[in-house]
Amino acid sequence: MSATTGHLTKADTVVERALEASQSDACIVIVEEASEAELRFANNTATTNGTRRDRNVSVIAFREVAGGTAVGTASSSGATDAIDLVRRAEAIALSAPPAEDAFPLVTQGQSAAPSEFSDPPVMTNLAGLGDVLTGLGDAFGRARAAGTTLSGFAEHRVSTVYLGSSTGLRLRYVQPTGKLELVARTDGGARSAWASAGAADLATVHVEELEERLARRLAWGERKVELDSGRYEVVLPPDAVADLIIMLGGSISGREAEEGRSVFSAPGGGTRVGESLSSHPFSLRSDPFEPGLECTPFLVTPASGQDVSVFDNGLPIERTEWISQGCLARLEYHRAAAARSGVRPAASADNLILELPGATGSIEDLVGRTERGLLLTCLWYIREVDAETLLLTGLTRDGVYLVEHGEIVGSVNNFRFNESPVDMLAKTVEAGRTERALSRESNEWLNRTAMPALRVAEFNMSSVSPAT
Amino acid sequence: MVTVELDAEFLALPLEAVRGAALDRARALGCEHAEVRIERIRSQFVRLRDARLETSADDVELGIGLRVVHDGSFGFAATVELAPDSAAALADQAVATARAVAPAVSERVELADEPSHGEAVWTSSYDLDPVEVPTSEKVALLEEWSGRLLRSSGVDHVTAYVLAVVEDKHYADLAGTVTTQCRVRLHPVVEAIAVDGQAARFETMRSVAPPAGRGWEYLLGEGWDWDGELARIPEYLIEKLRAPTVVPGAYDLVIDPSNLWLVIHESIGHATELDRAMGYEAAYAGTSFATFDKLGTLKYGSDIMNVTGDRTVAHGLATVAYDDEGVEAQSFDLIRNGVLVGYQLDRRIARLKGLGRSNGCAFADSPGHVPIQRMANVSLRPAAGPGPSTDELISSVDNGFYVVGDKSWSIDMQRYNFQFTGQRFFKIEKGKLSGQVNDLAYQSRTTEFWGAMQAVGGESTYRLGGAFNCGKGQPSQVAPVSHGCPSALFRGIKVLNARTESGR
Repeated sequence: MSATTGHLTKADTVVERALEASQSDACIVIVEEASEAELRFANNTATTNGTRRDRNVSVIAFREVAGGTAVGTASSSGATDAIDLVRRAEAIALSAPPAEDAFPLVTQGQSAAPSEFSDPPVMTNLAGLGDVLTGLGDAFGRARAAGTTLSGFAEHRVSTVYLGSSTGLRLRYVQPTGKLELVARTDGGARSAWASAGAADLATVHVEELEERLARRLAWGERKVELDSGRYEVVLPPDAVADLIIMLGGSISGREAEEGRSVFSAPGGGTRVGESLSSHPFSLRSDPFEPGLECTPFLVTPASGQDVSVFDNGLPIERTEWISQGCLARLEYHRAAAARSGVRPAASADNLILELPGATGSIEDLVGRTERGLLLTCLWYIREVDAETLLLTGLTRDGVYLVEHGEIVGSVNNFRFNESPVDMLAKTVEAGRTERALSRESNEWLNRTAMPALRVAEFNMSSVSPAT
Repeated sequence: MVTVELDAEFLALPLEAVRGAALDRARALGCEHAEVRIERIRSQFVRLRDARLETSADDVELGIGLRVVHDGSFGFAATVELAPDSAAALADQAVATARAVAPAVSERVELADEPSHGEAVWTSSYDLDPVEVPTSEKVALLEEWSGRLLRSSGVDHVTAYVLAVVEDKHYADLAGTVTTQCRVRLHPVVEAIAVDGQAARFETMRSVAPPAGRGWEYLLGEGWDWDGELARIPEYLIEKLRAPTVVPGAYDLVIDPSNLWLVIHESIGHATELDRAMGYEAAYAGTSFATFDKLGTLKYGSDIMNVTGDRTVAHGLATVAYDDEGVEAQSFDLIRNGVLVGYQLDRRIARLKGLGRSNGCAFADSPGHVPIQRMANVSLRPAAGPGPSTDELISSVDNGFYVVGDKSWSIDMQRYNFQFTGQRFFKIEKGKLSGQVNDLAYQSRTTEFWGAMQAVGGESTYRLGGAFNCGKGQPSQVAPVSHGCPSALFRGIKVLNARTESGR
């Protein structure tokens, strides 16, 4: 264990040493280097903060055995002795049963290197927060003067992943991720608003711009309206659409659908692929090359799961339309499962885009065409209630506004909703243009999303929440 | 006294040199307070699908985190480089961050006093280190369990997994407290699935064995009757698949500890965190209806409601000897005779509100994360004396349901409005159980719900439930926590039908 202490060896060197030390039939090594700077604030004061340097090394050992290939994975953070890690992975592979997801490993020719493997990792630090730090100090002063309190979080993280294999892969990718979230509360918390921005570079994010959005929303709330539970027409901004569509994106398992245990299972067996989910020709896709939402273009996973496989490490991630022309088009499969089912493999990327081709409307346009309905801000505490229908429950948060004859006329109490994102697509009356969005609840796991605003009929507000 | 045996490999790390370098540098830079944690968190996850290995992960997280208070501002820095010069550099980095944020700090950070506890060591109660049990042995046990269920008629699929965590934590602060603690925990889960392919319907039935602060012996039968639970899962599953759908309305509920622990967690545990009640989580986890001005007067529930927080109960997931601010573990009242009388605290919040000593609820889930106030084991006290059995509670219900096992959960950001489902719901008719219903969800508001608690079961019904994955803070941190409670009877709770809710 003493060998795990001390200073970090260069990532590409760790990969080469581990591959050289491997005594198994094949080996994959993943090194993820990461650095992060973050600042939290509440009640108009900075609270917690941090800067962090991370490294995680995973070794995957593959061993040919009677009946297939056995796999062992060992991971460790820090200045791990790569050879110790190789031995640990090999020891696990030695007693593991043949893997169900075995498939020939990806080779050098199948995956093009997006950057120079021997380059060092890209690092961030406090400077990665851009002018957020100074912007906030000024914003707290303005908030105090206006009788509001600001809370929120700013974060910048850069990860550099290195993937090497005994089949010749040497892949490296740099992925920066940032966000700023701001909540303003006034009237002792009776009125509140939330605004956010996700961006790879926080130099493009300005506190003042978010403050303006908050001020506009707080002003809408000056007139209070109490409404009862019921089914309402709602306008969901792109952020709230992201809250729900991310949950749909987490339910696209091919295997679960085939086994009859998913919202995408068809009556009588098989899947709902090919079935129309909406009369609007929606496209739901992930694409590592989506402009502004670029993310790792090859598969990296230290462990297999339901629809991902360690055997697929390094496989190029392609643009995949999960929903195309409003129809369910693809489900997620690793290569071994896809081969068994006679379909093309499909892997999720670290982004998600919902788009109605040709739609240009803004939130204001959708509100303007709403006779009577609710404009939401974002959703919270979203959990699955019934997997058969993908019924979700959750709360509205930090701003629900009543719309009458195309105008915002006041702010409304919060609601608990019970609604399915699959049904939401079917009940969509109108969609706006797709823009960068940040899910309130899930952005830490999926920051890179672009969504349209949606106007949805008969959205089930199951009960009133007195929370503010 | 538990025999304390710390892991030799962890003790062989240069703990003293690294902590010394960090603290010496922090002292030299003029910090009012500094605390350093060197942690090694070993975790193993093994999951089988239909008795075949699907996921196997074996991870070690090793790192060092340093938090300082410098001129009234916090600064935190962390690295995975475990070397004295890197540790000293952390102090420079943490102080630089504290200075950089100072212009945005309008509330000077001060911490409640805590005496030095000198050098102390502690381990949680367990026999077998679960991470040392070979993966093949884990796979073999889950394979055998899965096989039992798959052989039962009507079971189409089985998922079985176990997550094992061993957390070694070395802590030191400028006041002179130096603690080395080891905690062990396990979360085993088995779920059976039945599919009616023609109708595209399916149903699941999951084990209700709680995650626990125990070693591998837990899976071998110590503290839980696995054989008994596995034997009943298929019949429960098939009954549920065929069960009639629930008719919505107001019903009396007898709630089993396997379901009630989660209601306690959401509606009491989080609501009595003082940092939340004061708005320090307003942007993320939320605030609380139980605001500080209501301390000592808020009628939280009926007179029989008594709730404590503790970090001391054996096998509790939040149990430690010292928290991540060097505060000794304690037990304290939160609700007495239905009235709010206390909050969970860390040192900053305790000082801010003039509450004296912290009650020891600071925790960081990783060496790379800053300690924040996290939940103690928050538990509902059973009835005094022998108290009623679950059957006796059921016998006092004319028209209602007996709710077992947790499933779906959601509560609002101020901890008023909640909705829960469960693993199974047995109809109660004239004091007798009469088979399961399906599609049931119950909704209520916190003080209405606890006000409707008419009876709590006796000690014999008391169980410790809990979770590994309680979320709070930004960046998000997960904390393990247990909740003890008896079975309890609630009158007139709103029951919904989940299929009707979906518009079907």
